Amino acid sequence: MIAHLPILQVIIPLMAAPICLMLKRAQLVWLFSLIASGLAFAISILLLQQVMTSGVISYELGGWQAPWGIEYRIDKLNAFLLLIVSGISTVVLFAAQTSIEKEIPKNKHVYFYILYLLSLTGMLGIVATGDAFNVFVFLEISSLSAYALIAMGKNRQALWASYQYLIMGTIGATFILIGIGLIYQMTGTLNMYDLSQRLPEVAQTRTVFAAFAFVIVGVCLKLAMFPLHLWLPNAYAYAPSIVTAFFAATATKVAVYLLIRFTFSVFGLSFSFTTVPLQTLFMALGLIGIFAASTSAIYQRNVKHLFAYSSIAQIGYMIVGFSLSTVTGLTATLLHLFNHALMKGAIFLALAAVIYRVGNIELNNLRGLGRQMPLTMAAIVIGGLSLIGVPLTVGFVSKWYLLMALIEQGWWPVAVLILLGSMLAVVYVWRIVEAAYFKAPLDNSSPVKEAPMSFLIPIWTLIIANIYFGIDTRLSVQVAEAAAQSLFGVSL
Amino acid sequence: MSLSLEVILQLAILLPLVSTFVIVATGKSPNLRESVTITTCVLLIFLVVNLYQGLSAGKSISVFWWELLPGLTISFDIEPLGMLFALIASFLWLVTTCYAIGYMRSHQEKNQTRFYVCFAVAIGAVMGLAFSANLFTLFIFYEVLTLSTYPLVTHAGTEKAKKGGRTYLGILLTTSIVFFLLAIVSTWFVAGTLDFKIGGIFADDVDKVIAGTLLALFIFGIGKAAIMPFHRWLPAAMVAPTPVSSLLHAVAVVKAGVFTVLKVCVFIFGLDLLAVLPTTQFLLYLAGASVLLASLIAMRQDNLKARLAYSTVSQLGYVTIGALLATSSGVIGSSMHIAMHAFGKITLFFCAGAILVTLHKSKISDMRGIGRQMPLTMIAFFIASLSIIGVPPTGGTWSKWYLMMGTIETEQFVLMVILMLSSLLNIAYLLPIPFHAFFPNLISFKTSNTSLDTTEISENKASSFDIKEAPLPSLIAIVVTTLGCLTLFIYPQPLFELASAVLTGRE
Amino acid sequence: MLMDLFNHWVVITLMMSGLYIVIAHGNLIKKIVGLSVFQTSVFIFYISMAKVDGGTAPILADDIVQYSNPLPHVLILTAIVVGIATTALGLSLVVRIKEAYGSIEEESIQQQDNQQQDNNAHAKRKQEEEA
Repeated sequence: MIAHLPILQVIIPLMAAPICLMLKRAQLVWLFSLIASGLAFAISILLLQQVMTSGVISYELGGWQAPWGIEYRIDKLNAFLLLIVSGISTVVLFAAQTSIEKEIPKNKHVYFYILYLLSLTGMLGIVATGDAFNVFVFLEISSLSAYALIAMGKNRQALWASYQYLIMGTIGATFILIGIGLIYQMTGTLNMYDLSQRLPEVAQTRTVFAAFAFVIVGVCLKLAMFPLHLWLPNAYAYAPSIVTAFFAATATKVAVYLLIRFTFSVFGLSFSFTTVPLQTLFMALGLIGIFAASTSAIYQRNVKHLFAYSSIAQIGYMIVGFSLSTVTGLTATLLHLFNHALMKGAIFLALAAVIYRVGNIELNNLRGLGRQMPLTMAAIVIGGLSLIGVPLTVGFVSKWYLLMALIEQGWWPVAVLILLGSMLAVVYVWRIVEAAYFKAPLDNSSPVKEAPMSFLIPIWTLIIANIYFGIDTRLSVQVAEAAAQSLFGVSL
Repeated sequence: MSLSLEVILQLAILLPLVSTFVIVATGKSPNLRESVTITTCVLLIFLVVNLYQGLSAGKSISVFWWELLPGLTISFDIEPLGMLFALIASFLWLVTTCYAIGYMRSHQEKNQTRFYVCFAVAIGAVMGLAFSANLFTLFIFYEVLTLSTYPLVTHAGTEKAKKGGRTYLGILLTTSIVFFLLAIVSTWFVAGTLDFKIGGIFADDVDKVIAGTLLALFIFGIGKAAIMPFHRWLPAAMVAPTPVSSLLHAVAVVKAGVFTVLKVCVFIFGLDLLAVLPTTQFLLYLAGASVLLASLIAMRQDNLKARLAYSTVSQLGYVTIGALLATSSGVIGSSMHIAMHAFGKITLFFCAGAILVTLHKSKISDMRGIGRQMPLTMIAFFIASLSIIGVPPTGGTWSKWYLMMGTIETEQFVLMVILMLSSLLNIAYLLPIPFHAFFPNLISFKTSNTSLDTTEISENKASSFDIKEAPLPSLIAIVVTTLGCLTLFIYPQPLFELASAVLTGRE
Repeated sequence: MLMDLFNHWVVITLMMSGLYIVIAHGNLIKKIVGLSVFQTSVFIFYISMAKVDGGTAPILADDIVQYSNPLPHVLILTAIVVGIATTALGLSLVVRIKEAYGSIEEESIQQQDNQQQDNNAHAKRKQEEEA
């Protein structure tokens, strides 16, 4: 059983999805999906433990030997990502039943869970697999289910957002496919480990350059890096709240993982950063992303929009850390992957709770909620503080590492810019605080009750994680550091 | 009680935090809630005094809590400067709580439970800050202090309070995150440690330009020290209820700022290094300018609390100057000034609050003649003013004396002139207030018709001879701090010993 | 030279026209068509890549020595399935959009959204003023 963990990780949610169809009763399906997701989470913990103690796990699918058959290769990096994705998925799913009650028509509940599980499968698959083409397949599984999930949103804008995302997402995925085709053409292999061995020989060809460009652009579309982020705000804002919470915490993280995997493992460090001027480009784009997106966030009226832009800005931080191509920089990025998942998961779940009670999520609807929904609003405030990077929250830990990485390389001005960027976060977080705590509720609005327990439990689980991992950083830092080091040491 | 000093140290930090739960639990009954607060205060003083005795006995007290990141620990260590700060803060907390009970009740403020809770958290943060053993721990509590005082500043919940809160948080967070955090990370990177150590932590051959830049980053980053141009938050914070202004914005928060500056100067840079850095001179003049300008602005304020706030900005500059002078008398003067100014300024704020609750006046131009109604308050105001100015028989004399000595020793004559000028300005903007209060008719050459009217009105009121002092708890608080100002002149010995032990470490 | 890479020229032409259609056309159906053309170009690219000169179909038999690489064929089978799914989903979205907006022109949809937003903002300002 233990030997089959890597495949079980992916196959459990995949198999659970069609079974849901047979269960029919929405409540039962919810419980079942929760169990499936929980199992996936448990497996990811076991996998991480195993990887940390005994190194890389290689699993050959169907017994076919590695370069020919599909190999699942779990190292520290993807074990960490598996943990994030399955963990957040489970916590979010806990609140799903209550949340979709008001946002999705009853007869579609079962489909919602099926799509959710498929999307989870896709993400876990992308992370677990060691085969480049397999990445594309799982990418499409997760994306297709994501389009459908977003289209389930209450307003008609959801349809339009989903359509736009579909166009952009498909172009991105197809770009990745072209890139993979080109490197296959040059090396005759699809196995990532094998690729990393064979690519250096042919690195100086135009084909490989083209392949690199296609893959990077495709991945950047998926991870909504500035200026390829246009699909994200609407998709997040109009999707059902649970979906937003799930995607905001995981989808872009998986894309960042792909970026790291392709640049560091497949194409190799020296190719990605010395042959191609990725560093300057990414650092500039990351910084512009931070400022442009944070500034946009300040002017949003819809709170989901606001945090969607904030997500784009946070991706900027990850990109800056990544662009340094040092161990510390990468550690910072990986830490931020983990930490940002915790903050955004908590914040968007809390927003889901507000939508459940209030129905709308314009800044004005938050008026007076500080009193009426104290626990939910407190969660948003703590999550916001974490976004800003206040000490004792996770945001501080990743910011600290990012600063260290920048100063280590002598990038002083960038360090100052990064810090100034987090000041913009203060502004948009404080707009919410002021709305919630200083404005009296509108006269015509009826009093609002605190969110039900099914929301508060997952929200506060994440918030406590936000604080816990801000204080006890051993787990996250250790794993992130080990993963970063392994990427710089022997590749894959 | 046979608790070890280490346990006491931790209790001193945790007690205020733990008390918040009890305060919330007893929130329904104000009497119970306030007795809980008072009990906590008394206990805290007891703990801190115990620690003081331990320190005097030459014991080293340090506690290690947690390693947040590899090499970055949350740990505490007691040294004289922190002890001094903790003693003042804990003692004045008790006094302020006493005052607050009278003030908050007679002012019928809302959300009093939240008020006491945030207050307790802020004091807990101050204790942590005072005892922190490294810059990292200090930074954490520094931020906790900022955030926990935000609800206090915006307590009124009005549009004006919100605006003030924005400025408050905006400046304090921006400076601390953009400059202070950057300086800390860089220090960590350059020196490899953040532990406070006498003589500094930088290697002897550290690049002077880098260290100088870091010093500037620190001075600007510690926004709580209110060096111009980052002083705007302090006047903005005056929208808070008066007890908040008095304890936090005359004692805890601002003193946390200058305390941090002192800590950084003495224990991170070390006086020897500080004296040769290229930016020190520039920063000294900046602090000097801050002293002078703030005094000038204070003269033009008609709102009493605003005037006191600018006066605080100016006095904080004194402490920063003392620290940057990099001589022992400078450091002693600064340390003592933390204490002296605390007593003086808190008294002044108490008086301002007392005038507000009893006579509902906040403008200085309306305060002519109120000495007849509130004689005790105005006498206290007079004595405290003397202490701020620095003339006998008040405590402020001593700290100003040492600061002057410092400027003379280092031959910073420009600064010496600035300090003297500023003291003159202090006289000009503080003393007229009690003077007019007692003798409303003596000087009337500048009063316009309108203010003449008000004078008449207050005279009319005064003519009825009803003495209308502040509520009793508040009055007690005022008397206690005023006596403090006087006592510190006659009996400054323990304070002086602590201050002079700062440089040697243990007493 | 030109004929050597004939397939690749076709791929590039299709790819570019596909992308052009996606970007340039406001009609949602046409966009989906463009997307399909774009994807198809990639399928052709993979298939041409697999061709071995003089090779036959990859069938396991005694007399076949040289055969084309079967792997890209398999891959592209998967990709075609993905492509169909995408097209189907896209088209069904268009149907729903038509139901909700009464139009499948990008411009008109954007306009309606903006109008709604303006209206909302207006209503809100009113509310605020009242409050």
